[in-house]
Amino acid sequence: MTETLAIKALCLSFGGQKVLDDVSLSVQPGERLALLGHNGAGKSTLFKTVLGFLRPCSGTVAVAGHAPGSDPAREAVNYLPEVVSFQRNLSGREVLSYFSGLRGTPKAEVSDLLARVGLLEAADRAVGAYSKGMRQRLGLAQALIGTPRLLLLDEPTSGLDPVSRHEFYEVIADAAARGSAVLLSSHGLEEVQDKTDRIAILARGRLTAEGTLAELAHRAGLPTTIRISARPGAADALHGEFGGRRINGCRLDLDCAQGAKVDLLARLGRHHDKLRDIDIAPPGLTDIYRHFSRTGPTENQT
Amino acid sequence: MSTRIGTVFGQELRQARRNLWVILATAVLGLFALALALFGAGQGSGLKVDVLTLTAVSLATLSVYLIPLIALLMSYDSISGEVERGSLALTFATPVRRWEVFVGKFLAQTVAVCVAILIAFGTVGCVIALLSETGQDGIFAWLRLMLTAGGLGAIFVGIGLMVSALTCRTARAAAAAVGVWLLLVVLYDVALLGAIMAAGEGIFATHVFPWLVIANPADAFRLYNLAMIDAAPVAGIDGLAQTLPFPPVAALAALGIWLVATIAIGSARTRRIVP
Ligand SMILES: Nc1ncnc2c1ncn2[C@@H]1O[C@H](COP(=O)(O)OP(=O)(O)OP(=O)(O)O)[C@@H](O)[C@H]1O
Ligand SMILES: [Mg+2]
Repeated sequence: MTETLAIKALCLSFGGQKVLDDVSLSVQPGERLALLGHNGAGKSTLFKTVLGFLRPCSGTVAVAGHAPGSDPAREAVNYLPEVVSFQRNLSGREVLSYFSGLRGTPKAEVSDLLARVGLLEAADRAVGAYSKGMRQRLGLAQALIGTPRLLLLDEPTSGLDPVSRHEFYEVIADAAARGSAVLLSSHGLEEVQDKTDRIAILARGRLTAEGTLAELAHRAGLPTTIRISARPGAADALHGEFGGRRINGCRLDLDCAQGAKVDLLARLGRHHDKLRDIDIAPPGLTDIYRHFSRTGPTENQT
Repeated sequence: MSTRIGTVFGQELRQARRNLWVILATAVLGLFALALALFGAGQGSGLKVDVLTLTAVSLATLSVYLIPLIALLMSYDSISGEVERGSLALTFATPVRRWEVFVGKFLAQTVAVCVAILIAFGTVGCVIALLSETGQDGIFAWLRLMLTAGGLGAIFVGIGLMVSALTCRTARAAAAAVGVWLLLVVLYDVALLGAIMAAGEGIFATHVFPWLVIANPADAFRLYNLAMIDAAPVAGIDGLAQTLPFPPVAALAALGIWLVATIAIGSARTRRIVP
């Protein structure tokens, strides 16, 4: 019962088409959960359901123990949408004052928030003249008003330069340290791996994996690829001995399970006269992601 | 609650000012009022009523076209535009209630329209009163005109916002606003005139027709203003003003019903919007 966000067996469809199918998730206070998934996986839809904009056809969502869209739930949650757009002819400060007024928080907080996202200088310029990144920062500042219990950030770092992106995650970490539960979606695998606590992967509306990145890598059990460059004329002999995939005249790729790596390398060592070079490529983030994105649809098609 | 409505109100009013709506509306209304005043002064000397009353009558007829147009233009995009831009999603994610957003917007735009009417009609009214001989009746006619014009503006702001909330798309809201204006301000009168011609004297003319006239907010506004002026030179549907089967206040009640209905429907509809 301590979860800030608890989603159980959530299903949602748009006119007969299932967009979310049996999704269960929870986020604790101070925890950052990254939601990954291909375009159209249902990430934004999940956020809108948590906000109470869309009605699920079955399953439950509880925001700090309350129904989504109810008064206490809306008090607990702050939201940064995928595409942020504010009234163009208002200044950044006016935009924040507006949301601060709607949330009933002290206006004094506004300058502090502007400073936290690095917008203090541009605070009194019209939002219409902001760059995409500045608007995104303003959106984040807006989402931090009043120390929310649950932060929903839909692709908060899309369109940001690497430095801004880094700063964004620092602000998010800071918010989490103050006790906010954070649920953010992203397409950047590298950026979420050490900036969030847990990862959930959504594929065609189904949750296909959830856990820390190390757990996911372990669960995926993906092979390590060993890339061999053979000496001239020796490639065929190596291919006969070890199998694997021929890439070209002198290159060979071997797939090898996590536990069998040392054995395979030892066997290769006996053929060192035929080898020119060896590369070891452990499964990357993209491979893990692809693995879990693929498992969903095949189950779905039955 | 009141601070949240106040926040929406303040934001919306600031928008109306920045978008130059207030200035534009004031200028248009002021220029038309002035033109009618000059026209009234030209012919007024020969009649027994003062210039202010005469101008009030002609301005009531013109306001029926102008004020709904201004109010609809100001409001039709207010909700649909925010749905399309995505900024309403942000507002709806905060603790503000949906109806508070609707009412806040309504109040702000009504104030914007009313300020424009007050400045434009107020200034022209003062100028006429100072420059020509004006009796008490004229001043009351003018004040009634200003007050009810504000009410008419409020109703059409409500209708515009309701249309905006019902359509949720700017293009459709624009089409609907134009349609509403044509229907209530132009076509309704034409249809009624046709009906009365066809029906001739009888039950319809004496008992149904007057109610049909005040069922339309634009007609109710005009009828009330003309019925309250004894010496008003009137023609067409407005001839009815002198032979009403009910007191003119009934027209005000009709305006009140429109106001409540548009706010109620608009607020209820806003609750269903998926931003
Ligand atoms: N209003 C809508 N009506 C009908 N279908 C919709 C609607 N909104 C979204 N969908 C469908 O729901 C699915 C999930 O969309 P959603 O926006 O949640 O994806 P996403 O994971 O956020 O994708 P992206 O990474 O591109 O933002 C898509 O197939 C989309 O076509
Ligand atoms: Mg999305």
